[in-house]
Amino acid sequence: MKTFQPLVLRILSVTLLLLVPALLARGEEAIEPFDSGQPFTVNNRIDEILAKKWKSLGIQPAQICSDGVFVRRVYLDVIGTLPTAEEAQRFIDDTSRNKRQRLIEELLDRPEYADYWTMRWGDILRIKAEFPINLWPNAVQAYNRWLWSALATNKPYDQFAMELLTSSGSNFRVGAVNFYRATQDRSPKGIAQAVALTFMGERAEKWPPERLEGMAAFFSQISFKPTLEWKEEIVTWDPFHATESGDPPPQEAVFPDGVKIKLPADRDPRKVFAEWLVSPKNPWFAKNIVNRIWYWLFGRGIIHEPDDIRTDNPPVVPELLSYLESELVQSKWDLKHIYRLILNSNTYQLSCVPRSQHPERDTYFACYPLRRLEAEVLIDAICQITGTSEDYWSMVPEPYTVVPQGERAVRLGDASITSAFLEMFGRPPRDNGLESERNNRITAGQRLHLLNSSHIARKIEDGRGLEWFFASSGNPRAKVTRLYLTVLSRYPTEKELAVIAETAKAQRSLSRQAGVDLVWALINSSEFLYRH
Amino acid sequence: MSDFRLAHVILNPADQAGPREKLTRRTLLARGLFGVLGLYLGHRGFTSPSAWAFDPLLPADKPGKAKAVIQIWLWGGPSHLDTFDPKPDAGNDYTGPFTNPISTNVPGIRINELLTELAKVADKYSLIRGMTHGVNAHETAAYLVQTGRMPGDRIVAPAVGAVVSYFKGQPPEYQSLIPPYIVLTEPQGRFSEAGFLGPKYKPFATGGDPSKTPFTVEGIVAPGMTQSRQRERRELLAKLDILRQTVSDHPQIQELKQAEEQAYDLILGSSGKAFDPSEEPQELRQKYGTTTFGQSCLVARRLVERGVRYVTINSKGWDTHKEHFQAMRRKLPDLDRGLATLIQDLADRGLLESTLIWCCGEFGRTPKIAWEPPWNGGRHHYGKAFSVLVAGGGFKGGQVVGATDKTGSEVVERPVYPTDLIGSIYTLLGIDPATTVRHPQGQMVRIVPTPEEGAPSAGLLKEIMTV
Repeated sequence: MKTFQPLVLRILSVTLLLLVPALLARGEEAIEPFDSGQPFTVNNRIDEILAKKWKSLGIQPAQICSDGVFVRRVYLDVIGTLPTAEEAQRFIDDTSRNKRQRLIEELLDRPEYADYWTMRWGDILRIKAEFPINLWPNAVQAYNRWLWSALATNKPYDQFAMELLTSSGSNFRVGAVNFYRATQDRSPKGIAQAVALTFMGERAEKWPPERLEGMAAFFSQISFKPTLEWKEEIVTWDPFHATESGDPPPQEAVFPDGVKIKLPADRDPRKVFAEWLVSPKNPWFAKNIVNRIWYWLFGRGIIHEPDDIRTDNPPVVPELLSYLESELVQSKWDLKHIYRLILNSNTYQLSCVPRSQHPERDTYFACYPLRRLEAEVLIDAICQITGTSEDYWSMVPEPYTVVPQGERAVRLGDASITSAFLEMFGRPPRDNGLESERNNRITAGQRLHLLNSSHIARKIEDGRGLEWFFASSGNPRAKVTRLYLTVLSRYPTEKELAVIAETAKAQRSLSRQAGVDLVWALINSSEFLYRH
Repeated sequence: MSDFRLAHVILNPADQAGPREKLTRRTLLARGLFGVLGLYLGHRGFTSPSAWAFDPLLPADKPGKAKAVIQIWLWGGPSHLDTFDPKPDAGNDYTGPFTNPISTNVPGIRINELLTELAKVADKYSLIRGMTHGVNAHETAAYLVQTGRMPGDRIVAPAVGAVVSYFKGQPPEYQSLIPPYIVLTEPQGRFSEAGFLGPKYKPFATGGDPSKTPFTVEGIVAPGMTQSRQRERRELLAKLDILRQTVSDHPQIQELKQAEEQAYDLILGSSGKAFDPSEEPQELRQKYGTTTFGQSCLVARRLVERGVRYVTINSKGWDTHKEHFQAMRRKLPDLDRGLATLIQDLADRGLLESTLIWCCGEFGRTPKIAWEPPWNGGRHHYGKAFSVLVAGGGFKGGQVVGATDKTGSEVVERPVYPTDLIGSIYTLLGIDPATTVRHPQGQMVRIVPTPEEGAPSAGLLKEIMTV
């Protein structure tokens, strides 16, 4: 349990709890197995800012979450992967004081970090081989390779954006040039809209038309030249690029902040725009990304929706947003630094069991928000538990995309490669790059599939991952404990063990069936299906 | 805990079979159609029960002739010459072995010689022989025929089924537990039926195979699972789901509970029987054909009978570049039996009036045969001219719309574009083709595009519509 609370205080709170239980009621008592028993304390600047806000509004924050909850949460949030039973157990049993901080560091360094965030970035960059984005499979591969290594090496974010906006070369070889190809509309306006959405979090279709036009001028000299190779294109700056009407490209452009500029004849206007964008003084660039990271980790932005930034949609806690912005700039655009700050805050480590009925509790992040696992993360987790895999392929167009057996859905990298499951569970089509394209809301169809499909039933019953559990040998209590660690990443409570023992007693003659039903129940529990 | 042993045991086979409820059509209707809440309540009603009242996009509620649609999608593109537009005088390079088209019960209409059953019900359907769009790529053409739009105008349009589900498949109008839009049995791969309307308007794909007993409908019918075990499981889940117990009033948990109740209404209730063709007389099942396609047609009838709005039957294997004629000899009798029996069966039950059938692929196939290897008598993609069969729901029978030239290569009379066909289907359903829906990015999008948007039109199929 990572906490800097003095021991005396803890003893005091325990004493209080014993002395005046009526007074404290649900206020302090730990709710098993979600709470740790530790009330919220300030751990860093994020906590300080929010604690002030909560106090002013009279919102009581949730308790700090338990170790079991934390290990599962931070694995899912940082690497999109369920911890194994061993990983969960090792963490929970670890008695060192700073184990949460150490785990965060460990996860930020894992290759799955890059896998998972390549997927999330792929959504907003619209990485898709087919209709309506039509990047083509080889280009998708190149784009994903660039993205993956940029995230794995934690490329400074200004450089990350610079490369996406100013690269030139073949779409099959220079991955970043695909930024300009991954839009349904490759006209200067269409591109400007995509740039505004991705890097400024603004929806340019809501702008006055002249504002979009002024920005579009920066992207009016891009050419997409075919080569002799099928579907290869060279994306490059072409100062003589004619507009659709046949006129020469505009000579003047207007930055989104209203400043006009005459485009210098000897410079790629994309670079002129990108330099304006990545400046520490730019009012959108840092704000957009820190707000998105917050949204990715909490399911709700400080500005919400995170990709609908506008003056009449202000941040709920402006001080928090500007603090994160300044941290990003001062860290020289180190994205992992922002993750670290958030993950180490006690705000992030709050339990999902609220302690306040204040209507704005969720808006101010006073408890961890429940969210259904994303389609890819969910099926990967079920595959991990059951020791099974899914088949993914894409037969149209040639070259066929063959996904190696056992590949995780998180790593597919192309919205054209899909499956009925991923479709059903709201995987984004990557058609327009809006965060809302990903739909994590449960439907009756999804519920049917999880409760009663042969797809899930076969995984549970035939998967090799649970053979040890269905085997006739072994101590039942130990096996149930391991099952809980495998599926829910925590130890079962005594109460749960009692319920299971009772059920088993009632169904004595069907003990394998009882085992299957138990696995089924845990996989179908909200605790498994939701980030919590 | 000591009693909790995990060992392999053989399940009692009697237990697996489960209780068979004998149900009349009336009780099914009572329980299913007018049952609790629509399965896909998640749509509009879910987030805001009064969403309908605030939605200015819905057209005035015009009653249409058609209440339901069955779309038979011949994925890959069947040859028009070898189905509904034979050209027996065009010579061997065009006809191949099919030189004797047969007469139907409508004088003057002749169709391929293998379609003997369809020949007996030609008075109940019409043939559109002037269908055209000119696109020869599968995905683009499939999108075009089912949305009316060419790709590339920044929107991913919903297919006909999703639009029908949007306008006709939501509460309060649609109250069935069965999803309003169903695909038998697999979805069309990459094709996103729901388009920008989003996942809640996607079809429910049954999976499984209706020609097998039982027809395992993914999620609804689980083989070997008794109702009592389903109930025990549900209780176990309720006992063990600690998070649900702890934060039971959380909106996410409320949503989960609601979805789960709807799911269990289908699992434990009788609505799922709609999918079970084994409840039909053996003789009728035989008539439909005991194949996946034939039994899918039968299940489609059972579904529309219970109020389902849109059923797509995806029939694969029509992309016959190689050895085309061998493939036709296998596939046409299957199509013939299933489709003809479906039309007759619906007519016998008085359901053809209110059930619209359309049957086609994304395009036709090249009129001229590729005899040379590697094709060995193949036909390639052809979007310039092809045929569509339409029946019921307000479409007249016994008519032919448009014509192609002597070799089936060009439309020479009354072209019909995808927008014309789709617009006519909507009109018969009482949905105004000029209706717009809101795109998530804000703009209003017409459900049928206009010529100004680049979608050609030669007018609705008024000549065969009874409205």
